[in-house]
Parts: sequence; structure tokens; C-alpha cells
Amino acid sequence: MAGYFKSVKKGFKLKNYISYIVITVFLIVSAVMALTGYMNRSTQNLLTQIAYSIILAVSLNLVVGFLGELSLGHAGFMCVGAYLGCFLANYLHTIIPSKLAVLIISMIVGGAIAAVFGFIIGLPALRLKGDYLAIVTLAFGEIVRTIFKNQKIFGGALGLSTKKYGSDLFIVAFIVVLIMLVFIQNLVKSKHGRAITAIRDNEIAAKAMGINVTYYKLFVFVISAFFAGIAGVLYGHYATPVLYSFFSYNYSIEILVMVVLGSMGSINGSIIAAALITYINFQLTTKLSGDLAALKYLIYAIILIAIVIVNNAPALAPIKEKLSIKRLFNKVLGRFIKHKHDPAKRKDDEADWDRIPTKIDMDALLSLDVKPDTSYTPDKREEK
Amino acid sequence: MSEKYMLETQDLGISFGGLKAVQGIDLKIRKNQLYGLIGPNGAGKTTIFNLITGVYTPTTGRFFLDGEDLTGKKQEVINHKGIARTFQNIRLFNNMTVVSNVMVGLHNQKEFACSPFASMLRLPVHFESETKMRDRAKELLSIFGLEDERNNLACNLPYGKQRKLEIARALATNPKLLLLDEPAAGMNPNETEELMNTVRFIRDKFDMTILLIEHDLKFVSGLCDEVTVLNFGTSLYHGEVEKALHDPEVVKAYIGK
Repeated sequence: MAGYFKSVKKGFKLKNYISYIVITVFLIVSAVMALTGYMNRSTQNLLTQIAYSIILAVSLNLVVGFLGELSLGHAGFMCVGAYLGCFLANYLHTIIPSKLAVLIISMIVGGAIAAVFGFIIGLPALRLKGDYLAIVTLAFGEIVRTIFKNQKIFGGALGLSTKKYGSDLFIVAFIVVLIMLVFIQNLVKSKHGRAITAIRDNEIAAKAMGINVTYYKLFVFVISAFFAGIAGVLYGHYATPVLYSFFSYNYSIEILVMVVLGSMGSINGSIIAAALITYINFQLTTKLSGDLAALKYLIYAIILIAIVIVNNAPALAPIKEKLSIKRLFNKVLGRFIKHKHDPAKRKDDEADWDRIPTKIDMDALLSLDVKPDTSYTPDKREEK
Repeated sequence: MSEKYMLETQDLGISFGGLKAVQGIDLKIRKNQLYGLIGPNGAGKTTIFNLITGVYTPTTGRFFLDGEDLTGKKQEVINHKGIARTFQNIRLFNNMTVVSNVMVGLHNQKEFACSPFASMLRLPVHFESETKMRDRAKELLSIFGLEDERNNLACNLPYGKQRKLEIARALATNPKLLLLDEPAAGMNPNETEELMNTVRFIRDKFDMTILLIEHDLKFVSGLCDEVTVLNFGTSLYHGEVEKALHDPEVVKAYIGK
């Protein structure tokens, strides 16, 4: 046991735990505020939205950023979780009095069913790459919601009416976020995460190194779908009725926007981007009413374009450098802590974990050179 | 098989549609041997590597590693059984650090086994296997003099070191047979000399059997015990290096009449 704590301590680096700390502090503060009545309902709703957006963005980042496969069907997995999880919850409410227990059970079941769908969608993912996989997953999302729309048992076009959990749902939702972060960050920062990143970086070499590509691709799809399903159940407990139109491909793309803005392969980035985009969306929806509502998408688009330009324009790089938080941080802390510049002289290689989330550009994901490597579809025997 | 060979191929061949890329290859490589595969461009050397590592499924013939038939097995299975390779055009995991690259090679070994769920929950077995893998990776890197680079990204290494890292990564999978595809390509004479020493060292230290493709005939003649010369997908000559270089058929294939 002592050895265990020693090894935990050895790998400990505050930087790796910053997201847990920030979210926990935030959760405690907001929970106290909500329970003592200092936080209004609308803010609590916003927090719930932010929580399930974070779950969606981080789980999609696992597929897009770490595995390097473009999936546009994330809302489809969420849809499966929302409909089936809430359908179960409606039934469970008649037997179990505790609403928290119902929520937890339905989250697990909804997530598990979504994971099964993730497995099914993961199977073609083994054969398809880049744009082709994007098309398949896009179609999956649309098919799923159309099926639910046409089932009477799920309320048809009117949607599945659910029992609202109450405005303190955000507390549960953020606890789920924390649990998910523990699972996904630990996965990414392990030998399995390394295998997944290796597949992204060079699939051919990964295979030659004996990595079971089939297994890991399926595994990532299943995990990602599981958490998307959980996000769906949370959504179902927040918004009633669960309506098929919410899970359109637009929503899938919105999740992808969160991932791309937060930079692919960066979990902290996904969290920030998810919170930011949900906040902007929420404010635009609530502030702009009546005739102005049409402006929402215009403003939203302008904000997104502005963020992308600020992020990437080379002309702005010096200004960004000047204003960067990291610089400020180093400046303040530099007086107290001597910064180690030489990477080779770092005390231990554990430090190497903060290199794992690397950025890959969208071009690489979509460009032609990701097409199936023709030299690698070798079995031409049938063509004879 | 009367005698036991580390790698034996019997009438190995592949055709793409009507094109017979490689046919009738009979390699017999003994344990602990340094074997060379040479031939002009397009002779099918890399194709043979791709056949042996399971990238392509052979259309004719079979191949055996240490007496075990591996024909038609998947790439990862063949790797588990003990064939590791490097690539002609370097294929490293560019966005990962040098040490992580080697650790990917260590991924499949039983002593470092740890299920994904154990990693997710950070069970003791996770830390154990991580520490062991890291130590092993450092050990391998130090053989190639790369231990000071271990925290750099693989793509930032100079070319010669990238080649070395690729060999280190292949060795990490604990192979019985190591396939090197043009290891000396793009190296200057000094680096080539150094690489020759490294290859010999690997063979002696790890008791490895090595099959290599190379265009640098000096490199091949200085290193290999035996060669097979390929031309147009068939084996032209097979035997000792010195004799091969003076064989009229081989000379003809290389520089014409």
C-alpha cells in the first residue's frame, strides 16, 4: 500500500490535475451558492448545459483528437442515450422513489446502450478513414433520430416527455464530469493512450509494432459513445420533452466545433471551449428574443470566426505572446521557482505526459493524404 | 524441413492482378545470421519485407519463423510471434516523445501487461508496468545513445537519430528476427560505419537474427554473412557476398552489359 502511494506521488504533477481542481472548486462554490439561494434558476440551467457539453466535447475529443478519426455522429449517440435512458427513467420513477437513484441507474443503462451502438458504428470505422467515416457517422446520427421520431412508444414527433430532475441537476452533472475526466485522462495517460495516439500518428507503424488497431479503435468508439449516452440522459432530465430535432447533425458539428476550438488532443482545451460556446449560445438565446432571434446565428458565426482568426493568424502571434497567461504565470512564479529549460535534464520522465496531448491540424484529418493507403489494401487475389 | 532455420520461405510470391511482383523466393536464414537482400530498384525487396511482416498476404508459397507457419497471419500477430521491422521511409510516431515511441514498442509484452480498466482506475498494476516500461525503454535508448533525447519529440530528431530510434523501437517488441529496410539510407560514411557497429552489437547482445535491405554494397559486404540478389522479383543469386559481387549475372543486373 505504501508503495502504491509512493508511485502515485512520483508521477504527481500539479499541471496534470489542474482541471480536477478547478472544476471541484467551481462545483463546491456554485453548489453552495445554489443551495443557499444565491444563484438563480437560469444560471443553474446554464451550468447543466455546460456540464453535458463538456462531457460531449471531451468524449468526442477522444475519437477525433486522440484516435484521429473524424466522427460526425456524436449527437446520435447522445440521442440513443437520451431516449432509451429517459424511457427507462420514466418507468423507474414508478418503482423507485429516489430521483437521484433513478438518474444514476438510467445514466448507466443509457450509457451502456449507447456504447453498444458505438461498437456497431466502430466496426465500419475499421475499414473507413477520414471523410468516408465522417459520412457514415453523419448518416448514423440522422438514421437514429429518424427512427426515434417514428416510434409511438417514444412519443413520436412530439418527443418523449420526461420528468425534470430539478434545477440542482448541475451538481450531479458536474460530478459526472469529474468522474469522466478521471477515466478519460487516466486512459489517455497510460500505455493504452499511447497506443491510441500511436495509431493516430502512424497506423502502419502502429500495426508493425504489434498494436491491435482493431481492438483500440473499437474500444475508443465504445468509451466515447458511453459518455455521450450519459450526456444524453442528463440532457433528458434537464429538458423535456426529449425531442428528436435537437439531435440533428448541426448539434454534432457544434460538438466538433468545441473540440476543434479547444484544439484537438487537448482535454483542458475541450473543457474550456465547451463552456465558452455553451455560454455564448445560452446568452444569445436568452438575450435575443422576438425579431432579434434571427441574429443569433449571425453573431455566433462572427464570434467563432473571430476566435479562429485570433487563434491562428500569424500577425497576431506577437500580441498573443505578450498577453499570454503562461508568460504572466512564468513571470510571477519565475521569481520563486527556477524554471528548468533543458528537457533532457528534467528530473523524471513522468514529465513527458504533458506532451501527449499534441495538436493535429484539421487539414491532416480531412486532407487527401489520409485516404486509404492504396498500398495497404493489399489482398488483390479476388481481382484475378 | 530437415534443418531448423530462423526464417524459411518456400516459393514465396505475390501478384497484383496480372503483375507478378515477387515469385519463387526461397530464403533460408539461420539463427544469429546477418543476411542481406540486395538488388536494383524495383526488384521487390521491400515487397518481400511486406510479405514476411503480414502487410501483404502471399499469393503463393509459405513462410516459417522458427519452424512455425505464419503465412496469412495478421501484422500484429506476426509481430507478437517475433518479427519486427523498420521502414524505408521512416515511420515514427512524430508527435510523441522519443521515450514514448519506444514504449509503444514495449506495449505488447506480457511483463508489462495492464488492462485498460486498470489504467483508468489507476490500480497499482498500472504504476508498476509504467515504471518497468520506462526503465526498459531508457535501457534500449542508451544502447543507441539516445537517452539524452528521450523527452524530445521524435520529429525533432536529426535524420540519423530517427533511423536509430526506429531500430530501438523495433527491438522493443522483443523480436527473434529483425528486418531492417535500408538502415543506412541518407547517412554519411561515418554514420554508416557507426551503424555497422551497432548492428553487429545488436546481433551479439540480443542474439538476434537480422535480415537487411541495403543499396550500399560496402555496408552489405562489410556486414552480411550471406546475401540474396533479387532482380525483377526473382532471386538471381544467393550465397556469399564477395562471390555475389563478382557474379556476371549480378553485375549485369546492376550496371547492364
